[in-house]
Amino acid sequence: MTTAKAQKSVPPHPMDSLLRTERIPHIWCPGCGIGTVFSAVLAAIKNTGWDPDDIAMVSGIGCTGRMAGYIRLDSFHTTHGRALPFATGLKLAKPETKIIVVSGDGDLFAIGGNHFIHAARRNMDITVVCVNNLNYGMTGGQQAPSTPLGAKTTTTVNGSPEEPFNFCNLAASCGATYVARWTAMQVRSLRSSIGEALHKRGFSFVEVVTPCPSSFGRRNRMGTALEMLKFYHGRSVIRSDIDPKDATMDIDREIVVGKFVDIERPTFMDHYERINRAKMPQWLSMHPDHQKTR
Amino acid sequence: MPDKREKHVLITGFGGQGIVMAGDILGKAATLFDSKHATMAQNYGPEARGGACSSQVIISGEEILFPCVEEPDILVCMSQEAYTRNVKSLKPEGTLIWDTDLVHTKKADMQYKTFHIPATRFAEELGGKMMANIVMLGFVSAVEPLVHTDALKKAVLDSVPPATKDQNLRAYTKGREYGLSIIKGTIKQEQAKHQE
Amino acid sequence: MLAKEVKTGIHFINGDEACCEGAIAAGCRFFAGYPITPATEVAEAMSRRLPEIGGIYIQMEDEIASMAAILGASWGGVKSMTSTSGPGFSLMMENIGLGVCTETPCVVCNVQRAGPSTGLPTAVAQGDMMQARWGSHGHYEIIALAPSSPQEMFDFTIRAFNLSEYFRIPVLLMADEVVGHMNERVVIPREEEIEIINRRKPTVPREDYLPYEADPDGIAPMATCGEGYRVHVTGLTHDERGYPVMDAKTQEKMVSRLVGKIRNNRDKIISTKNLYLDDADVVVVSYGITARSAMQAVSNARKEGIKAGMVKLETVWPFPEELIRSLAPQTNAMIMAEINGGQMVLELERAACGACPVSLVSNFGGSILHPNLIANAISKMAKGKT
Repeated sequence: MTTAKAQKSVPPHPMDSLLRTERIPHIWCPGCGIGTVFSAVLAAIKNTGWDPDDIAMVSGIGCTGRMAGYIRLDSFHTTHGRALPFATGLKLAKPETKIIVVSGDGDLFAIGGNHFIHAARRNMDITVVCVNNLNYGMTGGQQAPSTPLGAKTTTTVNGSPEEPFNFCNLAASCGATYVARWTAMQVRSLRSSIGEALHKRGFSFVEVVTPCPSSFGRRNRMGTALEMLKFYHGRSVIRSDIDPKDATMDIDREIVVGKFVDIERPTFMDHYERINRAKMPQWLSMHPDHQKTR
Repeated sequence: MPDKREKHVLITGFGGQGIVMAGDILGKAATLFDSKHATMAQNYGPEARGGACSSQVIISGEEILFPCVEEPDILVCMSQEAYTRNVKSLKPEGTLIWDTDLVHTKKADMQYKTFHIPATRFAEELGGKMMANIVMLGFVSAVEPLVHTDALKKAVLDSVPPATKDQNLRAYTKGREYGLSIIKGTIKQEQAKHQE
Repeated sequence: MLAKEVKTGIHFINGDEACCEGAIAAGCRFFAGYPITPATEVAEAMSRRLPEIGGIYIQMEDEIASMAAILGASWGGVKSMTSTSGPGFSLMMENIGLGVCTETPCVVCNVQRAGPSTGLPTAVAQGDMMQARWGSHGHYEIIALAPSSPQEMFDFTIRAFNLSEYFRIPVLLMADEVVGHMNERVVIPREEEIEIINRRKPTVPREDYLPYEADPDGIAPMATCGEGYRVHVTGLTHDERGYPVMDAKTQEKMVSRLVGKIRNNRDKIISTKNLYLDDADVVVVSYGITARSAMQAVSNARKEGIKAGMVKLETVWPFPEELIRSLAPQTNAMIMAEINGGQMVLELERAACGACPVSLVSNFGGSILHPNLIANAISKMAKGKT
């Protein structure tokens, strides 16, 4: 009851119309960067001016995956790693819907890595926002495909013996039409990149390097959330339009941020329609309501 | 009264000879154009790529339950390997049919009712050896009528690419006429090639 | 000019193609799949047919993605389907569970081949029956059908879609290699003769809609993406709003309804074909391709004067336990014929409840059961030997 009262006393937020306010407070830890990314996503969506009924969010499992539960859009919280193939089905069944996939580094690139490279290769018209917090936060901070070499997690107590992926380079080489990276401190750039990504036809990808103070930060003695934010920001250098393979992602050296890819390429649907044009009647007939009345 | 009993046919050869297509055409003829029942099961496997291949066809006046051909009434052999492997399964009163040029039979197997035709050679003469299966079907329709001959002809025309209809019809007719002449005794089959 | 959606007429096609035609006749317009013997022909047929009637075929990177994609498409408001065989079926299990939990209508065709593992890719088996029932984690109910012929591949695929749309659940079509690859007569009726059931839609105003508030029969109307209802769909335990609630009470309520909507509607789902049960001393129970051998054995036994009867399971899950429970006390013996080491026979034993002896005729796959094997078992059981 006290919580409900406390909630009522909170003044309305400009993003309330896009929030499932009855589900707030959220589950994210104090200082977590996901909140920042979430508000950037909300702002970018709002800025598009699109009818929210024509936008859907799909997520996988993990801290970031919970975004889908707080946004007041058609939202789908799927299984671990499978947000992209689910989103692929949704997009093809409802091509007029704009789809944004939000998920963590583990979900998108470890368990879901194969789906990521194929969704990018097909150039599915989907926007992907990846919250990269360098570890598995939800389960208490285990090694992820983003964990820096030597970094400590609960499953790499002596330091990770693996070299991490460079997600932006991977996305670019798989055929993404838009690729950008920012740290959670660069909110304005992040918001505008997500906006550009949403407007991009094709597979667009935005990576956000965010602090996970409760797990990654604590184990690697990175200080408070604010100190982590500042640390990542301090390591970041803006180099837009460079070759994505030079977009270094190394928290010990530099975190290259900026927009690395912004190209035009036909989407899966463009090719599918062109190749099957002679055979394709209107898309609407897919939906039972529009199929012939029996 | 029409024969309602099940007739079991095993068509054998190697991948690429249209063995499965021949079975399919026979089954189609029975079900679509002759109001009979038919099943066609194919045996393939890793060996399907150019290796051994067979199709099992059952034709019956009644519903067919068990769809496997174990002891065929009619065995068609389009390759030596297929012959060697399958001839022992033929029913004692069964009919053995083979491609004259591709199979060397054993003299002991001449106990069966036997017919052979140089189907592949005829097909080549008519424009392409891929029609050997159709020549063979025409031959079978004459020596072992399983379905109404119009039905089989319709099924052939229904199954081949539209541009090749005439050619395939000639192949079918060639096989059928050769078979009819043998039955009538107007021509003698070529000397069968026997193994030692 | 549009291609025909329903290919009315008589065909001589294999079961996999018949499955494709059944799906299309049922209104399926989205197929995501991955090639695997002996189910590849379903995908091939779909890839030819869907573009010509305005649908989408997509070959995914694996079966995990295929299953996820058909769930996504179903939430996009389109009837969707995938097909696979053993190894791929294993990969689909997690997202079949997501489909059950989120109550997503879709159809999964499993053309069974012999396992375990890669097994015999080109040879028949019925070894995935318990996997169909329990393969995804957690407790749930499922609907599965077992076709015995290409005709039933057509008919049961339509029924699978109707059941999945009505009950909002993934429905499994448990076919097998012989049914999938065998050509036989398939009669496709006229479009207007085919009964089609579509998912129930919400009738309440948007602000009053609770996505998981069920009607009295346990089934909740389904609003899909873009209809303005702003649904939240999650595989977490959720309440009527669809919101995750992490407690035992919500778990109890949600799973009870998921299980109940199937259990309490068994009479609407279960379908069997019963032969000579009135005076049967020995009852053979079978399904899929094996039911044909069983039927042959039963009819041979009758000719020899043995009072044999048969229950052909058209739906395998839920299992017709009431029917078996009522038959068992009037029967001297029951036989399950299936191509596995004994799976559905466990259900038969459970349902017979010791009221009559139950035996198994089976092999481990690679070939279908010979009618003689079943006939021998019938005559043995008829003489009272078990």
